[in-house]
Amino acid sequence: MAFVKGLKCRECGREYPGDPLNVCDFCFGPLEVIYDYVTISEVISRDRIAGGPLSIWRYEDLLPASAEDPVDIMAGYTPLMKAKNLGKRLGLNNLYIKNDSVNPSFSFKDRVVSVAATKAVEFGYETLACASTGNLACSVAAHAARAGIDAVVFIPADLERGKVIGAAVYNPTLVAVDGTYDEVNRLCSEISDNYPWAFVNINMRPYYAEGSKTLGYEVAEQLGWRIPDHVVIPSASGAMFTKIWKGFNELACLGLLDGVEPMPFGADQNTVHHPAVTTRMHMAQAEGCSPIVWAWENQKNQIRPVRPDSIAKSLAIGNPADGIYALRVIRESDGSGYAVPENKVVEGIKLLAETEGVFTETAGGVTVSTLKYLAESGAIGPDELTVAYITGNGLKTQEAVEEVVNPLLVKPMMGSFEAALESRMAAGV
Amino acid sequence: MGVMVRIPTPLRRMTHGADKVELEVDDLSQMIDKLESDYPGFKERLLDEEGELRYFVNIYVNGEDIRFDQGLKTSIKSGDEISIVPAVAGG
Repeated sequence: MAFVKGLKCRECGREYPGDPLNVCDFCFGPLEVIYDYVTISEVISRDRIAGGPLSIWRYEDLLPASAEDPVDIMAGYTPLMKAKNLGKRLGLNNLYIKNDSVNPSFSFKDRVVSVAATKAVEFGYETLACASTGNLACSVAAHAARAGIDAVVFIPADLERGKVIGAAVYNPTLVAVDGTYDEVNRLCSEISDNYPWAFVNINMRPYYAEGSKTLGYEVAEQLGWRIPDHVVIPSASGAMFTKIWKGFNELACLGLLDGVEPMPFGADQNTVHHPAVTTRMHMAQAEGCSPIVWAWENQKNQIRPVRPDSIAKSLAIGNPADGIYALRVIRESDGSGYAVPENKVVEGIKLLAETEGVFTETAGGVTVSTLKYLAESGAIGPDELTVAYITGNGLKTQEAVEEVVNPLLVKPMMGSFEAALESRMAAGV
Repeated sequence: MGVMVRIPTPLRRMTHGADKVELEVDDLSQMIDKLESDYPGFKERLLDEEGELRYFVNIYVNGEDIRFDQGLKTSIKSGDEISIVPAVAGG
């Protein structure tokens, strides 16, 4: 069962019932789920989690939907791998990769959509919808197929082919909008006012966003109920960044982390910071769309929207709704932000692939290049426990790395092969 | 003919359910003042104590975010379509 008490405006504190609402009627602030943590603390335990399914639903006590009959394509429980080779290259002896690119629809979005879709079905919706930079469209279409309901997904028309096909294959109504993601978002917000659809990132948003907390829980569980010294996370709207932080703090407050005493959540559940949570949160954005990092670098408290112009399309949100909250998390955790030069994005993709055998999309390239910067600048010490979140799959953004294809072209004859190999070796490549 | 303002769901309670209203105004500040006089309480939903647009409120003129133009001083003309849209999470 879900231990949800209701919704609460993050800005003015007004409370609302646990309905399909996302915005405060009074100040337009975002609504967040409020939990009954007292009851949760009575039922939750490491053993109970360990006995749960091998998906995000093992953390059902901390999710805002019931796990009795979830819309589940087995999101989550993805590998956390020690990255010895990449670590050696960067001078980091304690580096891990959270490989979330191997979710069922090949991005972390399956975590949030599984929660949103479950909630949508619970509310009685018959259509699941979203505005998407690509990965969300794939996940919404996949979950709607699993739930046996309709899907309508809206994407910018210039998306990478892998994402368009990766969504279309589940047979949703695919709407390609001639505009940026921010424009798609605006259109969808207006559509959501007039159609009885569950837009996962609009009227389902409070529930949807909570799914990202499982990225924090899983890493802690996989590290033996410890949290890292540093995490590096790609950011677009900033929502996932804030939820990983929230996940770490929930575990600490509930006494689930090793050697950490529980602590009451206090009046504001969404800003609780357990002193044992010393993880430094580092944000990765691409230079062509880095409004949150810009605000951090320039010590601003507000986010100035930008018009995105980046190869990392899944991070191309110029008007990030959770930007100010993500900015606060950077500051509170003594973390940092880095805007990766556009020409270093592909370098990051190749570095991860060549050292660890993990093929990530452009957002992952941004993450790895940020990690490299942090290691080289000394922001991360050689022995500090560091986790880099790789949240999307490289097969979806193949256009970005087509230059890597340079095969030896040979006839089916031994002589032809040997000549080609010799010639390649002589060229030293 | 005036400008057409689309009203988002959270504000429709104030407009007695209307999803759009038509106004005769020259700029966005006038638009907000007119909405306030027709529907008292409207202004404080959109602007903070300093009179700035609230962070979570986006206003678009014919689809263009006013923060890329002149903000609340952005001029508008007859036939324009104004959208008031709450911020939306990432995708």
